[in-house]
Amino acid sequence: MAARSKVVGGFREAVADIPDGSTIAFGGFAMPGTPFNLIRALLEQGAKRLTLVANSTGGAQQPRMPDIGMLVENGQVAKVICAFTAATRPTDPIPFTKYYEAGEVEAELVPQGTLAERMRAAGAGIPAFYTPTAVGTELAEGRETRVINGREYLLEYALPLDYAFIRAARADTFGNLRFHRAQRNFNPLMATAAKCTIVEVDEPILPAGGIDADDVHTSGLFVHRLVQVPPAPEGIWPAKRQERRK
Amino acid sequence: MSGSKGLNRQQMADLAAEQFQNGWVVNLGVGIPTMCSNTDIGDTDIVYHSENGIIGYGQVAAEGTEDLNLVNAGGQNVTLKPGAAVVHHADSFGIIRGGHIDVTVMGAYQVSCGGDFANWKLKGQKGGGIGGAMDLAACAKRVFIILEHTTRDGSSRLMAACDLPVTARGVVKLVATNFGLFEPTGTGFLMHQIAPGLTVDQVRAATGAPLSVVDNLPVVRLAG
Repeated sequence: MAARSKVVGGFREAVADIPDGSTIAFGGFAMPGTPFNLIRALLEQGAKRLTLVANSTGGAQQPRMPDIGMLVENGQVAKVICAFTAATRPTDPIPFTKYYEAGEVEAELVPQGTLAERMRAAGAGIPAFYTPTAVGTELAEGRETRVINGREYLLEYALPLDYAFIRAARADTFGNLRFHRAQRNFNPLMATAAKCTIVEVDEPILPAGGIDADDVHTSGLFVHRLVQVPPAPEGIWPAKRQERRK
Repeated sequence: MSGSKGLNRQQMADLAAEQFQNGWVVNLGVGIPTMCSNTDIGDTDIVYHSENGIIGYGQVAAEGTEDLNLVNAGGQNVTLKPGAAVVHHADSFGIIRGGHIDVTVMGAYQVSCGGDFANWKLKGQKGGGIGGAMDLAACAKRVFIILEHTTRDGSSRLMAACDLPVTARGVVKLVATNFGLFEPTGTGFLMHQIAPGLTVDQVRAATGAPLSVVDNLPVVRLAG
């Protein structure tokens, strides 16, 4: 596989051509797997009217890292599709809530497993699926359900993406990826659902074949651009979380 | 919630964790439930699952030994037990929807005697915070809830019917509060254990649905 390398020179270059109105997913669950450096680059790049997909909009933990709430604050976002528009604990408000409640940004609130499966389906050629999740709740009101083998299920549609921004521990120049521990989360699914997947990589990028075929988590088939994260402070790395006051 | 009556947060987590059976796959939600993995439940084959795809994690990592890329549902750095595995989110929620979780333990704002509970949206709030709660509530074999028995203004969180939007209906099997351990029966709550220093009448007065009590009501045994 002597294809051209997917390694690009920097984060600015990796996001330079992203047009206004794109749908972009951001990997990560809490800090692991979150593409902090690509978020910062997109803040500087300035694309507007974006639809963002992520587990949460960020800002619930301290220290605050680059998060998609900052893209909202920066006026770049039309809509967010996520599992949290408000904090888990009302005492720890997240920055996004204020913009959402003021009507400055739209949101589609999706249960976390449904969000993951909608992207898995998009990447796997499944247009829609039935799930038991959210049946009987406010989220299911007015929507299509179906009883299968005596149980009620809710119809959910695939969620295709223009771009996926993710983080991985290791990559080769073909784009094969390995994740470390909880870095994996949504990231492999987002890669399959996106037309263009951009990856920030912790370790020096290996020549093609540098990851044994048996050890690849995400095939380079799904990966288009790779950027190695430089050491701090130039690059942004997961920080130790500060515990909140009880 | 220092100063509140009855059990503290870790003791509430311990009370729920002591109900786990050997061999169960247990999912712990954000907040007090994550503290269940700190409970010493002896030499049991409990497997802790976290929605972000961690199967087989253990206690919170000791200061200075944290792997910043290894977190539980609450974003705390945890440790792995021998035999642990990591999967992606679609597989993790496949585990959940596929019925492979024996119990999910979650926090809540309210729980009803019919087994409904509410934990994603406050009254009058636009949107909310669902996370994985609806997937877990709909699909785990059992749901345990841990919550403060009353709100700050003293009204009961154990109710005849939830008045907040529910997360799922009819799924709660056990409720651990700072006042004890309760089972929703459909028409009320059956108290299985009472926190030290409380009377049944005090608990009944703080409960928003009929309260019955098991024979020879045990007092919660506190660790250490």
